[in-house]
This record gives sequence, C-alpha cells and structure tokens, in this order.
Amino acid sequence: MGKKQQMEKMTPEQQHYQKMAKKHEVKRPVVKNCIKAFFVGGSICLIGQFLQYGYMFFFDFNESSAGDPTVATLIIVATLLTGLGVYDRYAQFAGAGTAVPVTGFANSVASAAIEHRTEGYVLGVGGNMFKLAGSVIVFGTFSAFVIAFIRTIWMTWGGTG
Amino acid sequence: MRVGARTWQFEHTPVIKSTGVIGGPFEGNGAIPDDFDSIHEDLWLGQDSYEKAQKVLTEEGCLKAIDKAGLKKEDVQFVLSGDLLNQITSTSFAFRKLPIPYLGLFGACSTAMEGLALASFIVDAGGADHILTGSASHNAAVEKTFRYPTEYGGQKPPTAQWTVTASGFALVGSEGDGPKVTSATIGHVIDMGLSDPFNMGGAMAPAAVDTIEAHLHERGVDASYYDLIVTGDLGHIGRPIALELMEERNLNVTNEQFQDCGLMVYREGQPVLAGASGTGCSAAVTYGHLLNRMKRNEFQRMLVVATGALLSPLTFQQNESIPCIAHAVSIESGGDEL
Repeated sequence: MGKKQQMEKMTPEQQHYQKMAKKHEVKRPVVKNCIKAFFVGGSICLIGQFLQYGYMFFFDFNESSAGDPTVATLIIVATLLTGLGVYDRYAQFAGAGTAVPVTGFANSVASAAIEHRTEGYVLGVGGNMFKLAGSVIVFGTFSAFVIAFIRTIWMTWGGTG
Repeated sequence: MRVGARTWQFEHTPVIKSTGVIGGPFEGNGAIPDDFDSIHEDLWLGQDSYEKAQKVLTEEGCLKAIDKAGLKKEDVQFVLSGDLLNQITSTSFAFRKLPIPYLGLFGACSTAMEGLALASFIVDAGGADHILTGSASHNAAVEKTFRYPTEYGGQKPPTAQWTVTASGFALVGSEGDGPKVTSATIGHVIDMGLSDPFNMGGAMAPAAVDTIEAHLHERGVDASYYDLIVTGDLGHIGRPIALELMEERNLNVTNEQFQDCGLMVYREGQPVLAGASGTGCSAAVTYGHLLNRMKRNEFQRMLVVATGALLSPLTFQQNESIPCIAHAVSIESGGDEL
C-alpha cells in the first residue's frame, strides 16, 4: 500500500495530527550521514586496498586471488569488534559507512549469533544467525541468477559479453 | 468511587508506603543516580541472560519495597506487575520465588501506572491491605524483543528512544504515612496512524493528551491544581507535540509544569537520542526521583501519565500502525484535601 493510499484511508483527525506531529519530528540528518558514511566506508575500502596489496606483495597472490584473503581479514576483524562490543558504537556514527561494506554483513551475522547464544547452539545460534543477513543472501543470490540468465540469453543470441 | 466515565476518586486515599527502585550501569551514570535504591555495575546483573537479568530487577525492586516498609512477604496480599518481553515471562518468573498472589499486566510502558491505578482501587475498596505494583525493563532484553541484536550496527534516527535498565516498585497500603494516591483515569486505545517504531513519542502523545483532558474534566479540576503533570515517556519529540495538542484544546497546561520521565533519567551527552523509555522508566522515575522530590516538599501534587505503545514486532512488519494508551494517576502529599 502506497503512502498516498494510506493517507486517504485515514480519518481527518488522524491526518490533522500527522501534519502537526511532522513539524516536531527531528529529521535524519541525511547529508551529514552521507558524508560520514562516505568517509568511514571509504576508509574501510582503503584498508581493504592496503590489505590486498599486502597479500600480493608479501604472499603468493595475484590481483584477482588476493580478494579472498582480503575479505576474510575484514570479516574476522569486524566479527572481533562485534564480539568486543565496539562495532555498534561506531555504527551509530558511521551509518551506511559500516553497514554497506562486507564488515556490515559480518557484523549482522555475528551480532545475531551472540544475541541468540542463550537459546542454545542449534535453535539459537544456528537458527538465528542469518536473521538479518538472510534477506541479503536470498535477494543477492536471486538477483545474481536473474542477471546471469539475461546475460546467457544475450550471449546465445549472438551478443558480445 | 467512579466520577465521570473513566476516573476513580479514592475516598480512603491509599498511601505509597515504600518504594524499591533498582537501576543498571548506564542509569547509574545518568542524571538521577541518587534516586535509585541500588545500582548494578554489571549489565548482566550476574545472570547468564538478559531476560534473567530483567527478572532480577523485578525481584530486587519488590524485596526492597517490602523491606523498606518494614513488612514481610506474607503481609502483601497481591502483586500487580508486567514488562515488555513476550508473554511477560520475566515478571511471572520473578514470582516463582516470591509467593505473593500475582496478576500479570501488559500495558507496554504504561504498565507502571496501570498497576498503580488498579492497586489503589483494590486497596481503596478494601480488597487488600498491602499491594505491590510496578515494572521492570532491561535495555538489552527489550531491544532483542523489539528491534535488532544489541551488537548490531544499525543507525538509529534522532527520534528513537533508549529503553532503560531499571525497575520501580511501590507498596500501596490502606493506611500509614506516605504520598497519597488520590485518583486515577484509565486511558482509551488511541491510534493516530503513525507506524514508525523509531518514533514512539510522536505516536503516544495523543493518548497522553486524551487521558489528561479526560482526567481534568472528570475530576473537575483545572490543570493548575497540579504542580506537575509528568508523562512517561514522550521524550524530546512527543513532549512538544503533546504541549501543542493541549494548547489546541485549551487545557491550560504550562511548559514548566509539563514534564516527562523520559527526559529525567539521563544526563546531557549520554547517547540516548530522543530520551528514555521502557516500562521501567516511568516506574523508576516516579517511585524514585519524583516521590523523593515530593517528600522534600518541592511540590505537593502531581499527575503521572504513563504512556504505552501497544505494538509488537509482528504488527510492525505487517504494516500496522501503532495503537497507544495512557493511564493517569494523581499522587499528592498528605494534607490539604480537594
């Protein structure tokens, strides 16, 4: 149901109130949040870039294969910070900056696992670990499938990839 | 005795004989640490789950109130209490060890005043000599029930409120010394169509104003009769909305007189966004901070209007709006009658 339809279903009293309440509502500081997210998220990516070069320079990785240990390192660090209880504090400041990179994904899995530890390993940790990350996996996999499907058809019809 | 449609005026004026107020570490670091009977430095309260920690808050609050009144468990006839967790288990579990006849309540964050209104009514009608009432909330347990895991790095909007880790219990007696409960007004469920669970204050403000209006009208007093009209917990967003609504309805409530429990618990600078909330908030602030101030004679009469948002995580996901409620109870120091 769209916002407009919802408004139409409301009584005049409700509409009047919502208009009034809207005035007092403190808006999310979107521009400020975007700038903070840009710099924090950018810094995380910069660290990732250093890691990638590190793996290429000090270990036997090339540009494409260095991605795997880089992501793994970031995930381990984010999970540790979540367990130590500090990740969420930075997140209130950074917003999308810590949520969008792979660290945010690690945080959502680790935090859910910690949260439901008291309900046991199987039903608690196992059953709830992907409570937040689950939708990312589902729709990520699905969109990958759709894109791959389109690409396959394109290629078969003689397009160039 | 009932006056008007939904207000009780208590003829035998039940008294709040004693209170038990317990707080967590974040609250101990807040604006009113001296108003807690005891403060826990450990968020787990020595338990292995936050739900159990919330149960301990309830147990300790009850025992403290009984102890301070110089009574024994057996002297208390009933307990009326509730919390925010599913099926109010942590409250029910607390009374496994405290064998007092128990009535579980759910009014979300209005539970404290729902309990005080009912307890006072029962005592006033001669149904009991002593009733224990109050509620507890634990930040991490409530976050788990209603929102995201505690360690999840989600960014909250400035309208969000912070659930307190605290409990407040009052022992209501038929006679003795202490602040008197003089009247109570029961609220309607009011839904103004707001559906953002990160803006509870905005959703609850109309319920508070509706109950305040009904109370003043049915009790037949002007707003100036009260030194303080305290809502729990509208926060920074809900309070100015409620003030504007009351102005619209000519209720004559002034800015100084109209205060909010959600804005009293924490210091400036604590990261609580729009203020405090939770069943323990209005309970702990009323039974701790406000009654202490009343005892110091800073004011004589107050109307406590506890507001509750009656949603669940399920109803929010199903795109339901948030129905809200508010119950008002007037507490007055002894002396001059109406």
